[in-house]
Amino acid sequence: MFVQIKNLTKIYKEYLAVNKINFEIKKNETIGLLGPNGCGKTTSIGMMLGLITPTAGEIIIDNKNLNTFKRDEILSRLNFASPYVELPKKLTVRQNLEIYGRLYGISNLSKRLSEISSDLDIKNFFDRKTGELSSGQKNRVSLAKSLINKPEILLLDEPTASLDPDIGDFVRTYIQEYKKQNKVTILLASHNMNEVERLCDSVIMMKKGKIIDKGTCESLIKKHGRNNLEETFLELARRNDES
Amino acid sequence: MNLNKIYALGLRHIYLISNSFPRILDLIYWPTVQIFLWGFISKFFTLNSEYYSNTIGVILTAAILYDFLFRASISFNMMFLEEIWSRNFTNLFIAPIKISEIIISLTLTALVRTLIGLIPAAILAVPLFGVSVLTLGPSLIFLLFSLYLFGVTLGLLVTSGLLRFGPSFENIAWASLFFLAPLGCIYYPIEILPPLLQIIAKALPLVHIFEEMRNILMNSEINQFNILKSISISVVYFVFGVIIFYISYFGAKKRGTLINMGE
Repeated sequence: MFVQIKNLTKIYKEYLAVNKINFEIKKNETIGLLGPNGCGKTTSIGMMLGLITPTAGEIIIDNKNLNTFKRDEILSRLNFASPYVELPKKLTVRQNLEIYGRLYGISNLSKRLSEISSDLDIKNFFDRKTGELSSGQKNRVSLAKSLINKPEILLLDEPTASLDPDIGDFVRTYIQEYKKQNKVTILLASHNMNEVERLCDSVIMMKKGKIIDKGTCESLIKKHGRNNLEETFLELARRNDES
Repeated sequence: MNLNKIYALGLRHIYLISNSFPRILDLIYWPTVQIFLWGFISKFFTLNSEYYSNTIGVILTAAILYDFLFRASISFNMMFLEEIWSRNFTNLFIAPIKISEIIISLTLTALVRTLIGLIPAAILAVPLFGVSVLTLGPSLIFLLFSLYLFGVTLGLLVTSGLLRFGPSFENIAWASLFFLAPLGCIYYPIEILPPLLQIIAKALPLVHIFEEMRNILMNSEINQFNILKSISISVVYFVFGVIIFYISYFGAKKRGTLINMGE
């Protein structure tokens, strides 16, 4: 397994944010991380990115334990995009991508910038300040930053949140195409069930810090006797676990 | 240590400054105002004070050196705050850059920011008030080094506070230097302070720096031991600052505050 999460736990003072979760991701697989707000998705992603220290458990990436292995060596193989994290607004798109390209140690950076700006159709606003862009444009720039190092593992937190259907579809199509052409393992946290069904090989359902179910979209829909993933999500999210 | 990554992080701040004329103006404006203000005060005291009678420019030189310290510290804090204000914190801390590289980059870029502001002001002091910091001779380099190291240390301590307490610690960032200024004996000799405060003041490098500055300008003597003492104390504080920064960073990771750091 390329990514192994073993008994991962995070406790903030008295609050149990993530409760002994276990899952694995195969190389080049896309996994959806689903769950209601506050279920521990962002905390789990934060731990995988090395931003949050787990209270217990292990994150093993390509047989290297994130807690004990050199931080920068593992991080150079990862990247992350989220609409809630921004790039410096006063810098142009080109400047931002150049800086992150250098931080990720990209060789032949100008070629990579040209490549990625064409692929994501951001060339026409490449020299505009990032803060002056629309949400859709910012989102594509954020995605460009997350792919600048051709990551082996890509973590996406609601990548199409607040985008209009057209741009949302552009981003989803791009991710699908990118996956076909590049070897990338993706963990996608999303509230958009159509997106998850379209992009993910399988999903993990979280609730109150725990994994309550996992499997392929089809198998979960079938298992819970629902018509689609959205209904399945609602059934699991609203189910009273105490009974 | 990867120099390209250190350069990249510095470049982020150089771009920020070069993209905005008001930012460049802001960097130059305040040191220049300081020079004018202290230039006139210096002139007044030179003419009316027995202590400063034959030493034109002691106060103004002190003001320039103090501003160097102030700008070094504020520059370090500002660059860190910029990452918080722009909500770029997560991107920065998931990039494959070592914490030591972040510290080195901020430290070096703080020097660039400081010099952008201070060099024009220091040059201006020559024709306007007939005062040049170069009068301090080669000792100037060592005094500036000590001030710079201490300024960066204060920056490290404030950014550690930002990591620990979040953006609400921002106000402390602005207040930190004013808190130490009275003990620094920038414009007056240490004997002015009450005995207890003298003991505390001697534990700071500032007293030794400014005492030595006065010694050079007023007595035309160089006390190398004083300079060495100020640098040694600054180095000790710097190491302490780095340790506190690391403790705060690991504490922030434990509390999970790095992922939500922003305005």
